[in-house]
Amino acid sequence: MRSDRLRRRHATTRVFRLLCATLAWAGIVILAVLLFHVTREGIRWLDLQFLTEFPSRFPEQAGIKSALWGTVWLIILTAGFSIPVGVAAAIYLEEFSPKDRLSQLIEVNIGNLAGVPSIVYGILGLVLFVRFLALGRSVLAGSLTMTLLILPVIIIAAREALRAVPDSIRQAAFALGATRWQAVRAQVLPVALPGILTGVILALSRAIGETAPLVMIGALTYVAFVPEGPMDAFTALPIQIFNWASRPQENFHQLAAAGIMVLLVTLLLMNATAVWIRQRAERTGR
Amino acid sequence: MPQVSTAKSLLAGASTRKYRTQEELIRFALFLCAFLSVLTTLSIIAILAWEAYSFFREVGVFDFLSGTRWTPLLEPRSFGVLPLVAGTFQIVVGASLIAIPVGLASAIYLAEFASAEVRRVLKPVLEILAGIPTVVYGYFALTFVTPLIAAVFPSTQIFNAASASIVVGIMVLPMTASLCDDALRAVPESLRQGAFALGATQFEVTLRVVLPAALSGVMASFVLAASRAIGETMAVTLAAGATPKMTLDPLQSIQTMTAYIVQVSLGDTPVGTVEYQTIFAVAALLFAITLGMNIIAHRVLARFREVYE
Repeated sequence: MRSDRLRRRHATTRVFRLLCATLAWAGIVILAVLLFHVTREGIRWLDLQFLTEFPSRFPEQAGIKSALWGTVWLIILTAGFSIPVGVAAAIYLEEFSPKDRLSQLIEVNIGNLAGVPSIVYGILGLVLFVRFLALGRSVLAGSLTMTLLILPVIIIAAREALRAVPDSIRQAAFALGATRWQAVRAQVLPVALPGILTGVILALSRAIGETAPLVMIGALTYVAFVPEGPMDAFTALPIQIFNWASRPQENFHQLAAAGIMVLLVTLLLMNATAVWIRQRAERTGR
Repeated sequence: MPQVSTAKSLLAGASTRKYRTQEELIRFALFLCAFLSVLTTLSIIAILAWEAYSFFREVGVFDFLSGTRWTPLLEPRSFGVLPLVAGTFQIVVGASLIAIPVGLASAIYLAEFASAEVRRVLKPVLEILAGIPTVVYGYFALTFVTPLIAAVFPSTQIFNAASASIVVGIMVLPMTASLCDDALRAVPESLRQGAFALGATQFEVTLRVVLPAALSGVMASFVLAASRAIGETMAVTLAAGATPKMTLDPLQSIQTMTAYIVQVSLGDTPVGTVEYQTIFAVAALLFAITLGMNIIAHRVLARFREVYE
């Protein structure tokens, strides 16, 4: 009778384990279904013409040229703003800041900013950049908004990379008479660089997929030109996808799927780069 | 020892002063970059407060918060925000029904059962799922999930709360799983070993020892997931519809707070009118709710970290 109970208890464990495993692997199944569905719908439209044509009322002639270039502009500008500021903020918080009230406030604040819905950043960008600074609905206004959105992500990732640098490296630099900044610039930053880069790439790939803030600042959905300067109006890949997906016609839904394929491939390449950098850093070792 | 002599010469007189000024300047520049985050928060609060204030001069705060009819763009106008709040919470509840059990079960599997190899496969998949843009989930809801639901329940509307809830649930699932995983793995191994030594099975250890010990972290992850679901925009805009109403029927079209903001910003409502100011009032409410939930979750997490480190 006693062994009967024990058997039952072990059987419970097996059933529970199976249940948890099934639910955990469900994630893979969902990902597979999503990719399969998007590919099946979109593959027919994905050709060279799709990449080199402007959007059009006629699905057969529609393409993502302006959206693709808009995204390229947006990401380059966003990277240009957010990487220096984000890394600098991380350096301050990790290497320089005294452990006082203000630093604590900044720290808590960054954690909370990371949880603010992206559409709220859109409203901030609309009022601050588009109207108050009169940048209009330009790619500059868009990238400044994106910068504020991904800064917390970059700061948090860069701080983790800096924290992973052994303290002995700093101490050795100080012992040689280096100032704090000299130690950071010449010793700590090079060691932390792969980690920082990985975090930056992941943050930028988030910016590529963000739609809501761009909709808020009024990134145009019908743009039949490629931006030539930071003050030009623009559209971006996720906005174009949103625009096509929100139309009732089947053909436009399939165009959206083709756009999603381009978007996902871009994101996949960026993620792969990030993983590659991380692994290379681990291999060369410290 | 050449380095030491260089260091010595650096410490001497004028050059030290130069380095010190330079150091202070750099330090200040770095501080400004960090302080930008505080300015960001202050700008958000200032903008929302200012614009919402001019809205509340026209519409009473109480009417806004307790009204049950939301028709700011149609005559007769009515500015009761509850239908939008109800729509949002319908999505949150639906998403939680998926994200909480599946996320917790995945985390338990990852932390307590899975081998290192399985972890190496499952973790990146969760990361990929977390990195898929929300507009893609919106498309998926509209063109895959909704037809699936409609095949089972013919009364399903093209835009409905159910399909949006499902994809938002999938969207916050990786975050829930990964935060729960962190919480479970923070439980000291000695607790598990102690329970095993008393003859407990793996199931009993997990459910009666590990889970209670990690409960605060697990709860915090649920709150964070719910807050993410509240702020989610594109999937609900594409899939849940644009008809603010208070209903419990998930097969009907509804509207969330975020989707309303998008609807107005895409439309041709003249800037500066009361109709237009509604988006700031709704955004202020959205910001207050998500910020409150995030603060609660981070408090719980911080306390929980103190216990085990």
